[in-house]
Amino acid sequence: MTAKNPDGIPSSQNPVSQQPGNSKPAEQLEGIAIRFAGDSGDGMQLTGTRFSDETALAGNDLSTFPDFPAEIRAPAGTMAGVSGFQIHFSSIDIHTPADQPDVLIAFNPAALRANVDDVRPMGMVIVNIDSFNQKSLTRAGYGDDPLPELRERFQVVEVPFTTLNRAALQGLDLSQREIDRCKNFFALGVLCWLYGRPMDATERWLGGKFKGDVLEGNIRTLRAGHAFGETTEIFPASFVIPAAKIAPGTYRNITGNQALAWGIVAAGVQMERNVFLGAYPITPASDVLHEVARYRHFGVKTFQAEDEMAAVSSTIGAAFAGQLAVTVSSGPGFVLKQEALGLAVMVELPLVAINVQRAGPSTGSPTKTEQGDLLAVLFGRHSESPIPIIAPCTPGDCFHAALEAFRMAVKYMTPVIVLSDGYLANSSEPWLIPEVDSLARNPVKHAHPADIGEFQPYARDPETLARPWAIPGTKGLEHRIGGLTKEDKTGNVIYDADNHGKMNALRKAKIEGIAKDYAPIEIDGPPEGEILVIGWGGTLGAITAAVESVREEGLSVSRIHLRHLNPFPSDLGDILGRFEKVLLPELSDGHLALLLRAKYLVDVRSLTKTEGQPFKIAELTEAIHELHASEN
Amino acid sequence: MAADPALKMTRKEFVSDQDVRWCPGCGDYSILANVQRVMPELGVPRENVVFVSGIGCSSRFPYYMNTYGFHTIHGRAPAFATGIKASRPELSVWIVTGDGDGLSIGGNHLLHTIRRNINTQILLFNNQIYGLTKGQYSPTSKVGIKTKSTPQGSIDHPVDPIAFAIGCGATFIARTIDVDAKHMQNILKRAHEHKGTAFVEILQNCPVFNDGIWEDVQDRKSRAKASLVLEHGQPLVYGPAENRQGIVFKDGIPSVIDLAEDDDPIERGVVVHDEHPEASSYAGVLATLQRPDFPLPVGVFRAVEKPTYEAMLQDQVDSATAERGVGDLSALLHSGDTWRI
Repeated sequence: MTAKNPDGIPSSQNPVSQQPGNSKPAEQLEGIAIRFAGDSGDGMQLTGTRFSDETALAGNDLSTFPDFPAEIRAPAGTMAGVSGFQIHFSSIDIHTPADQPDVLIAFNPAALRANVDDVRPMGMVIVNIDSFNQKSLTRAGYGDDPLPELRERFQVVEVPFTTLNRAALQGLDLSQREIDRCKNFFALGVLCWLYGRPMDATERWLGGKFKGDVLEGNIRTLRAGHAFGETTEIFPASFVIPAAKIAPGTYRNITGNQALAWGIVAAGVQMERNVFLGAYPITPASDVLHEVARYRHFGVKTFQAEDEMAAVSSTIGAAFAGQLAVTVSSGPGFVLKQEALGLAVMVELPLVAINVQRAGPSTGSPTKTEQGDLLAVLFGRHSESPIPIIAPCTPGDCFHAALEAFRMAVKYMTPVIVLSDGYLANSSEPWLIPEVDSLARNPVKHAHPADIGEFQPYARDPETLARPWAIPGTKGLEHRIGGLTKEDKTGNVIYDADNHGKMNALRKAKIEGIAKDYAPIEIDGPPEGEILVIGWGGTLGAITAAVESVREEGLSVSRIHLRHLNPFPSDLGDILGRFEKVLLPELSDGHLALLLRAKYLVDVRSLTKTEGQPFKIAELTEAIHELHASEN
Repeated sequence: MAADPALKMTRKEFVSDQDVRWCPGCGDYSILANVQRVMPELGVPRENVVFVSGIGCSSRFPYYMNTYGFHTIHGRAPAFATGIKASRPELSVWIVTGDGDGLSIGGNHLLHTIRRNINTQILLFNNQIYGLTKGQYSPTSKVGIKTKSTPQGSIDHPVDPIAFAIGCGATFIARTIDVDAKHMQNILKRAHEHKGTAFVEILQNCPVFNDGIWEDVQDRKSRAKASLVLEHGQPLVYGPAENRQGIVFKDGIPSVIDLAEDDDPIERGVVVHDEHPEASSYAGVLATLQRPDFPLPVGVFRAVEKPTYEAMLQDQVDSATAERGVGDLSALLHSGDTWRI
């Protein structure tokens, strides 16, 4: 958690410096969280993303949380259409987008109503006062003007964004509608002034995106917003958030979906085989397909299939043909792939299947996050069908998870599931760009007749139990595979009972053997003691922040974060046994807790949440305190 | 397709060591024999041939071919084949499916594979019944058929595979008969030569659950009258020499005329078969010719050229590489806004 000045808001006291090109005093803050909120059509995601990139370039640590509705354009001014983007940035290491924003920018009454209760008491609430008329208040569900009451609780700042933007863009050959669509950049300009963000990268970005009067309009209103901040009496001072002290290196901003896509492309380079990605569009996973499709010059082929079954089937086909094959989806699509994944288990072909989880069941809340698919991906196929599962824990970690998944798939000749989530997918963080030389190189070696005597499609490597990856086009290794029970070694279709059991046991032993490759679990904190908090996946930031917070209050709490959910690491049981109390926060009804209780007979306390939203730090600290206070 | 005309291969080389396990008298035996006989003549090395199937009696086919083979899951063979062919265009990819596998559970994949014009051969064995699940009606079964699942008779209107393929925009469409070795071998060769999706309906008898549905076109005696052999540039004439008949179109509606022994069919207005019209309407009318009012057409309904999916995909890879150079991972990771600490 970032420490704030006592009333929790930026104030004009203690000016420390002046920012360049800024005649007003500037106050230094350690960090701040800002939420942009408006209609889906107001460009809030874009404004937030641009502000994030400028913030990253300013050297702050940051964490973002886009939160938007599934509807592309819900009726304007309604609660259903409110789209939000929160960014937390700081001069110290931070882990989450923050529980409560310090500043809310609300473009209309609905955005205000949907978000204002999240704002820190006496935080700053900037409203587009032009949008506050009786009609839009009614549409947002406000009876009376809420601002008088809110002034008691917050520092309310009224800015006529619409009017100011229109004035700034007079004389351009743009329609009223086109002019009004630029007003988010006026607000961005104001925020950039207020927090001393440079605007060069945004102007460069606009230059690459627009041209003519649209470009001119966006740049002009951005600069006008900056100038407004400088001259208006509304803001007596600006704020400085010094650069964070983080490990040296070259950084960039990255989202989880972008990192997955780049990990997929990187696998092709590092393993020296072409990549094939078969996918069907689905929120929040589609961006992986979009991103990978841009990199044909890496030899990457993407295929938008007719449905989820075709997506995974084409992927398995490509794996049979010798490609680094991957399919990506979210829960409702992933379950449609399960039958084909069962075949991939049977034929023991390497492929990566990514599930960017979203809140369910059924269509659920497509743009909201959850971790409710763990049991489905683990057990959702019929019969004995073990598949390894890797769960990345930060947006940047998605890159490494994708690479690891391909290496594991090829080494053990198995499908591998990567379990991401909607929060990781869309959130961004500064990412230390890895040196390509530091990434493992694992060139794929397909089976070759010269290397083997008599070819048997299901002969196994004695160490990994992997079968050979013999691909079409290889003379002398012609063979047939399929979903029917295979005879050990020959792969011939056979219905012998002993053989059927033996093949199940072999596949199980192969997957369990993967745990030999894991690094020991890193324990954050004492290796034994009272409380262990376990997490997995995208909850890492919130759990880390919560554990750090209770430690500051004097509790001794240890923490581990599981990356490998199948098979479990071999040292997990031992670690669980060394603590009196184990807490497992999950954005589900306790899937991992169920597994750990069953496998290790440990009384794991489950902290569950299925609201489509990430954990707040306060929810976790409260649970830790409660556990600490409990008898056993 | 890496065809090598100098390659000397024999039928035996394409026969796998597995025992064939279809019912005695099944039409699949004859189809398998004909495919194995044609393979050596195609000039494609065995290692570059892949047979892909779904689920059903017909889908056991790959186990019996001594090539690469993949027996996949119900209905999805075209999607597996798409992944193989799109990633490895040099392979000769054959899809074996049936009326249930291809047109019921897999109808969607069949549609999209055909419309993308992926250069594969689709062999759809049509016996108008589910065999492997022991005799339920299929999407091609006739209305009224009594099966285990339709004790009072089927109330489903059937789909015609040829009309389906035309609707999907197939660039090569043909029909042949399990017992007509010469005709089938010719069609298989044509299908292989075609650049794009080649859709072949093979009329196949199921002696156990739907015996005799194609008897009139299978039987040598009745075949001449029950079927119409399509040949490019030849008039649509059928029947025994002494009793020839022809197909004429009047206002786009087909009808049958009797031809005297010395009649010139073309002068009498009999339609001359053309495989290549850009529009599929002509093939569409041919697909409506059904017994008993008309003979059942066999042969190539349509053969037109269109770019293939896998070639266009490879072109995109090649042109992107030519424009941007071979991908540089470090440059990708450092693209856009970065900063040093």
